[in-house]
Amino acid sequence: MSDARTSSISDVLESAARHNHPLDPSADNTMVLNMGPQHPSTHGVLRMLLEIDGETVVSATPDIGYLHTGIEKTCEAKFYQQVVPMTDRIDYLSPMSNNLCYCLAVEKLLELEIPERAQYLRVVLNELTRIQSHLVWLGTHAMDIGALTVFLYCFREREKILRIFENVAGQRMMTSYFRIGGLALEPPRDFYAQVKEFLDQMPEKIAEYENLLTGNPIWMNRLKGVGTLSAEDAIALGVTGPPLRASGVDWDLRRDMPYSSYEKFEFEVPTSTVGDVWARYTIRMVEMYESVKIARQALEGIPEGRITADAPKIILPEREKMKTEMEALIHHFKIVTEGFAVPAGEVYQAIESPRGEMGYYVVSDGTAKPYRVHMRNPSFATLQAVETMCKGRLLADVVAVIGSIDIVLGEIDR
Amino acid sequence: MTLPALDESAVKETVWAADPALLALEKELPDAVTAAKLDRGEMTLTIGREHLIAVAKLLQKNHYNFLEDVTGVDWYPSEPRFQVSYHILSHSLKRRLRLAVRLTSIDPTVETMTTVWPSANFYEREVFDLFGVNFAGHPNMRRIMLPDEWEGHPLRKDYPVEGYR
Repeated sequence: MSDARTSSISDVLESAARHNHPLDPSADNTMVLNMGPQHPSTHGVLRMLLEIDGETVVSATPDIGYLHTGIEKTCEAKFYQQVVPMTDRIDYLSPMSNNLCYCLAVEKLLELEIPERAQYLRVVLNELTRIQSHLVWLGTHAMDIGALTVFLYCFREREKILRIFENVAGQRMMTSYFRIGGLALEPPRDFYAQVKEFLDQMPEKIAEYENLLTGNPIWMNRLKGVGTLSAEDAIALGVTGPPLRASGVDWDLRRDMPYSSYEKFEFEVPTSTVGDVWARYTIRMVEMYESVKIARQALEGIPEGRITADAPKIILPEREKMKTEMEALIHHFKIVTEGFAVPAGEVYQAIESPRGEMGYYVVSDGTAKPYRVHMRNPSFATLQAVETMCKGRLLADVVAVIGSIDIVLGEIDR
Repeated sequence: MTLPALDESAVKETVWAADPALLALEKELPDAVTAAKLDRGEMTLTIGREHLIAVAKLLQKNHYNFLEDVTGVDWYPSEPRFQVSYHILSHSLKRRLRLAVRLTSIDPTVETMTTVWPSANFYEREVFDLFGVNFAGHPNMRRIMLPDEWEGHPLRKDYPVEGYR
């Protein structure tokens, strides 16, 4: 088991100097290699300090914070509804998951009932988010390993999902489509046909990616047996999501602690006991099939009804009503200028984001602004396991390992 | 001492009445929990800081196997000023517990959780960086988000949103 000691940068440099001292006969000549922050395979601005002995990694120290923007502090100065657009910007590959998690947390504080129609639409959009996030992961991961073609295939399908998002929310990436209490708008009429067409095509396309990669000997050699993580280490180091399931822990929040009607859908949770980069690859591939399954069930089962909860003091009134009803106008004015008070208390809401467990800890002091918003992001915790996975392996495997844990630096640094 | 909230009938009807970890806590560390609150389906145990590690070890033995998150809340200007919240998940029971430790502004120090769950390493560094809470015995108690030479701890309530001018 790893002792989880992540030494600081000056420690690493100091020890490297000692290891290379010309007068010390016991010096083993290790070398410190600075990887990042502007390295294409670190998926953003991750800096890794690698101490290497020849080609073998002795220690790997992540250095983060390059994207720190103080989102948690900024949230404290905003009304509850104004925080939603900020949640998109934490993880730019899964904006809908962040929207959902924050909204669920505040809805729990408010004890709001969300209509089933809105819950189902949220599930459809969240599963599409998972597919598009996995597509970016697959494309970039394959590109890191040297399979450039897959990237183009993945982005072809991702573009279709982004078109769906644009159609629904008016935005391709920073959607901000969810609202506390429901959704911003009724989805456009062609939404159903558009999503259905995509879901019909998708399984074939996933098979196409698998065809490109799964049997490829270079791909297999680079992935199999690399970056192994045991179930005990995964739990001890806070790893969640696909890497946890690849290490043999059968845990998926969608199934085990369901939210937003997930208990109504049938799906499999893939697991593996191998725990290497290959296992993480296969698990995410199966997850994409399962996401298509869930999204289809949710899309076909969307009930009629409202898309927002019946709470006029929390949800903005319809535009038309504002022009004819005095009350609606007053509510609109009040919500926009004063926000709405949320009863005091603290909640922690977790969902299964594409990368693992995403949790929002929201503390209210009874006013219209959150007293504290904290995001528990999956990549932040998973990054701690990189050293355990890389130690004793070759330098080139570091790239495969970082690709396999699918990190997004925006959510690590916040 | 018994856990205050467990006496309430509202709790007795829920899953928490038979929770193995809570029962073990009541039996083995009766003095550790100073308050228990069941709010919106979430259980919060307020722990005296000297008991934190003993409680965590006991929870770990009783099905609560996964540390999800460590974070802080600044209740400035009231005292004790800082709250450190630990979210601990049980994979087998499918529920989570929140441990809360309150720390005074004069001595905001609590023992590190890394000896029980190594994953606390980054979380505690983050709390140290942004709140200035010290974790005694932490293997690498340094800033994680901000540069080493940064002054102040931004998530404290007396730190202005736009920084000191």
